[in-house]
Amino acid sequence: MNNQKNKTGKKAPFLETLIESFIRLCGISSIIFVFGIFFFVFKEGAGFLFGGLDIWEFLTSEEWYPTSLNNKRYGTFALILGTFSVTALAMLIAVPFGLGAAIFVSEFCSPKLRETFKIVIELLAAIPSVVWGFIGLTVMNQLIIAVFNAPIGLTMLNGGIMLALMSVPIIVSIAEDALKAVPDSYREAAEALGATRWQVIYRVLLPAAKNGLLAAVLLGAARSIGETMAVLMATGHSVNIPSGPLSWIRTLTATIAAELGEVAQGDEHYQVLFIIGILLFTITFVVNLIADLVIKGIRQS
Amino acid sequence: MTVDKWIREGYVLVLYIVMLSCCLCFNSCSSNSGTANGSSNAKRAIIKNKGSDTMVNLAQAWAEVYYGVSDTVSVEVSGGGSGTGVAALIKGTVDIANCSRQVKDKEKQQAMENTGKEPIEFIVGYDALAVYVHKENPLDKITIPQLAEIYGEEGNITKWDQLGIANSGCRSDKIIRISRQSNSGTYFYFREALLGKERDFELGSLDLHGSKDVVEVIGRTHCAIGYSGMGYATDHVKMLEVAITSDEPYYAPNLENVIAKTYPIARPLYMYSLGEPTGEAKAYLDWIFSAEGQKIVEELGFVPLESN
Repeated sequence: MNNQKNKTGKKAPFLETLIESFIRLCGISSIIFVFGIFFFVFKEGAGFLFGGLDIWEFLTSEEWYPTSLNNKRYGTFALILGTFSVTALAMLIAVPFGLGAAIFVSEFCSPKLRETFKIVIELLAAIPSVVWGFIGLTVMNQLIIAVFNAPIGLTMLNGGIMLALMSVPIIVSIAEDALKAVPDSYREAAEALGATRWQVIYRVLLPAAKNGLLAAVLLGAARSIGETMAVLMATGHSVNIPSGPLSWIRTLTATIAAELGEVAQGDEHYQVLFIIGILLFTITFVVNLIADLVIKGIRQS
Repeated sequence: MTVDKWIREGYVLVLYIVMLSCCLCFNSCSSNSGTANGSSNAKRAIIKNKGSDTMVNLAQAWAEVYYGVSDTVSVEVSGGGSGTGVAALIKGTVDIANCSRQVKDKEKQQAMENTGKEPIEFIVGYDALAVYVHKENPLDKITIPQLAEIYGEEGNITKWDQLGIANSGCRSDKIIRISRQSNSGTYFYFREALLGKERDFELGSLDLHGSKDVVEVIGRTHCAIGYSGMGYATDHVKMLEVAITSDEPYYAPNLENVIAKTYPIARPLYMYSLGEPTGEAKAYLDWIFSAEGQKIVEELGFVPLESN
């Protein structure tokens, strides 16, 4: 035993340090990338952000006229509302479905059915967002016109359903992991006390898995906020203050995607699109921060 | 355990087959999208051609036919919008940029600074922007001032009955304006044709991302009105006749009217090369101006140069 250790012991330090430094590099690089991206986005937008842009107007005006010839106006209020409303609607649909599916898969399923479900859910997660957008533009558009008697189906509801379908797989797989992580002894103890299956889930499992479930929901929400292609195609892409699920909207991400490709580099409009990028960065940062604080709060209490 | 595994594998296989067949189906439907003639010809010189979405079908048709004409060149076409083409031209990454608007002076300057060459302009055909409505919409004609009131900022036409028609398919009677993303060449041209340089479009239109999408959505929407190249017409939509004012005659967007310059919303289509074109690029442009090249312009619903 000792001999063996010595034999490999000569080589191990070198290999180990090599691997260690490689792993360290991987860890550090993710930080570098985040800062690099932030620096790049900030650099592109900074010139106009500090020189000329009326930030108050940028955040509160709904007038988005970036290509006007004599009166350019950069108000993103409608876009911010669009992003938040469609995300909220998506979460309204996705959270009950996602958590319900996770509970079903982890608690009620037979093992064979569970395997099938997991594969199908993974497959759902693998569908590219442009395909969802395409489905929204064609199938869901028709469906909403038929069901709600709406004049046009490219609405917040359409985008919300698409986003919900995209975030459900994330919510299901993370929530299922969280439920699986609850020790079986909890279940056994509750059942031994005569609790029904529902009572076990409601009173024991859900509170025990709270952090994981919250993380699942927040990651689902983050996916929705950041999603671009599907909302670009399904929501109508219209600068409009939403008045209900059947109004058409435009999101921050879709605006960048639609306009950045055709804008002259270094132009005011180009810089404003990067400032929208900074805004999105800030929004996700705040969401993550709140999530962290909430989870910490839950842990402490 | 093994049975489980087998079932699992079987499942994945079936799903892949389904997806694959979907892919094949998609492929056959859209076989002329993407890059044309990009594959399997390492020996051929490549002309890179990029830009306007309005012109992408035309550019692809040219590239495909030219592949048979020349055995030394293959043309790679991609879309993305006029601005994308110009941006690529400024970076010097394309040989020819397609543009449904004129390149701005500022962009010309940038190209000069970046590459040392000036973009040279060629008009390769004309495009009429048709005003589309759903095929069951009773409206047949419209004037430019009416369009200006529908699309323009603080315009006062918002309902179909203000145009003197009963659009029974549209229950709310509200006009749904279909437009394009605010920096597409088509958007710029249409705005200028309707409102001149002073006025903007009213917000709240559906700003779609391609010429084809506009027609597609109008074909499904009774309340909608929109604009797109006349080559994009389908069986589900109707093109309106347009007059400059209500006192003038109305003209349908067709070949004769555009050639006679009576149809009011028509514009030239441009190609730009960096510096005077030479060699293969020059041969390609010359061929585009030839009778054969111009015939393709007409076949795709655009208006050729020659008859002008």
